[in-house]
Amino acid sequence: MRPSAVRLLNIFVPIKRAVDYAVKIRVNPEQTGIDLNVKHSMNPFDEIAVEEAVRIRERLKDAVKSIKVVTIGPPKSAETLRTALAMGADSAIHVEIPESAPAPEPLGVAKTLRALIERQKEGVDVVIMGKQAIDDDAGQTGQMLAGLLGWSQATFASKVVVDPEQKVANVTHLMVRIIHNISSHAVNFQFFEEPRYASLPNIMKAKKKPVEKLTTAELGIDLTPRLETIKVTEPPKRVGGGKVANVDELLAKLKEAGISGKHA
Amino acid sequence: MLRAPTSLLSRVHARSYATAPSPHALVFLEHRQGDLESASLSALTAASQLGGQVTGLVVGSPDEVSSVIDKAKRLQGLSTLLHSSSPQYSTLLPEAVSPLFEKLLSQNSPFTHVVSAHSSSAKSILPRVAARLDVPAVSDVTSLEHDAASGSTTFTRPIYAGNAICTVRAPSSIPIKFFTVRSTAFAAAAVEDAAEIEVKTLDPVEVSDPPTEHIGTSLTKSDRPDLGVASRVVSGGRALKNAETFQSTLYPLADALGAAVGASRAAVDAGYADNSLQVGQTGKVVAPELYMALGISGAIQHLAGMKDSKLIVAINKDPDAPIFQVADVGLVADLFEAVPEMVEKLKQ
Repeated sequence: MRPSAVRLLNIFVPIKRAVDYAVKIRVNPEQTGIDLNVKHSMNPFDEIAVEEAVRIRERLKDAVKSIKVVTIGPPKSAETLRTALAMGADSAIHVEIPESAPAPEPLGVAKTLRALIERQKEGVDVVIMGKQAIDDDAGQTGQMLAGLLGWSQATFASKVVVDPEQKVANVTHLMVRIIHNISSHAVNFQFFEEPRYASLPNIMKAKKKPVEKLTTAELGIDLTPRLETIKVTEPPKRVGGGKVANVDELLAKLKEAGISGKHA
Repeated sequence: MLRAPTSLLSRVHARSYATAPSPHALVFLEHRQGDLESASLSALTAASQLGGQVTGLVVGSPDEVSSVIDKAKRLQGLSTLLHSSSPQYSTLLPEAVSPLFEKLLSQNSPFTHVVSAHSSSAKSILPRVAARLDVPAVSDVTSLEHDAASGSTTFTRPIYAGNAICTVRAPSSIPIKFFTVRSTAFAAAAVEDAAEIEVKTLDPVEVSDPPTEHIGTSLTKSDRPDLGVASRVVSGGRALKNAETFQSTLYPLADALGAAVGASRAAVDAGYADNSLQVGQTGKVVAPELYMALGISGAIQHLAGMKDSKLIVAINKDPDAPIFQVADVGLVADLFEAVPEMVEKLKQ
């Protein structure tokens, strides 16, 4: 029995497979990018987005009808979708791109997401996504998606309270509280409570959850980057200057550098 | 159910030029409490490096704008200053402000570049505007070079938390190049007295029935310098144990040095410090003269936010902490003993 007065929400959570945050990355010798034969996992900010979507359902119960996770990436991104399904998402869409394809740009990703949202028969009420991917560090996709859809946006959210009856979401971000109209809403998250670990039974269950596969051609999207990557290089190396034995030596070093007490 | 996508602007990049137009940058000048944000002054310096005209844009409530334009019109490097005020612009909600940008940039716009600081409000507004104009954007730029002959601009920017530097070129096929600027990579533009520049009022674009409403703001009040621009920063990590010891240990040292206080993500997550103090990939990027890392191990995400500091000093109990690999001066010690001793000796 579902309460009919309450609007049922469909939540969309775009996620990205990225080099694991703990990996020390290496630039490849050709200077075209970094060595990608390393551990990958879900972008940490997207984990937070999935966690928040699941928590919104835990708070609102039946008012949340579906949580759908979406990724645009090579075949291996399927693992990332399974992780999100094991955390509590209901279904997934994988827009598959070839392993060799260049990384899509935020604008291309936003256009793909818009195309996917427009295909959803029941519509999408809220999009929750990470504030940035830790590989390209662009931090643009959520805002671009909201712009393309003409929806409201709340960036760098630290708290979200959704009221499905009033169709309003109250979002605290960067210490500012803002009300959003829920029927047209994109939220992207900065950080939040710890994302949950998927338990083994949930991981098993996730294997049976539906994953829809699509290609960019089916969506009529061209993901060719418009910016040309000329090269990727190592940043200038910083070398530690060694250790001192005590506070006096430390202060002497500061003095050497022209730093003394209060407003020198 | 779904709101129909509102009229998206027709593609602007259909324009074609026989020769590349000379660059004309629009710089988004942010302000707070009647003062221009210093990060915007760095953005202005970056815009000047394109080698063409630079127009500034000040947006805000009528009160704010009138108090800021006097300073803004004296900025070195600006050729024109545009300002637009409306009660709707008092909190710079992206939904309310982006129509103004769209209008300014779409009607036979002279602008080839849109530049701003990599600040939280610009990060919220500009990608939205770029998408509506169907152009990509480049975030957190640390250097740039414009090739006037081809109309292309080449940028460098950090990726992977600053562990790699990427060089990208925005070709002439991108008619308006949006980019945000890492303020620590560009000196602030100077304010001069003599400059006579054209000042124009821009009519606001009123948004009826905006989908978003601002309810309230709560700011962290502090007498210490602002973390983003301070010349000295004292930062604490998880080793500070709790909020009380964080304050009682760090604040006296920060005060003795006239420094701003920062924190690692671990300290913020544990509730020792407000998240506005976080330094790192997910917080603020700082490059002060002096950065003191106290009880911070030096995770790559933290290093991303401070490794361009001039002098890095680390105090940590663990001699193998990665912070010592980047610190110019390292001291292996219990910070609860070393820091009070430093405060004492700095006061002498």
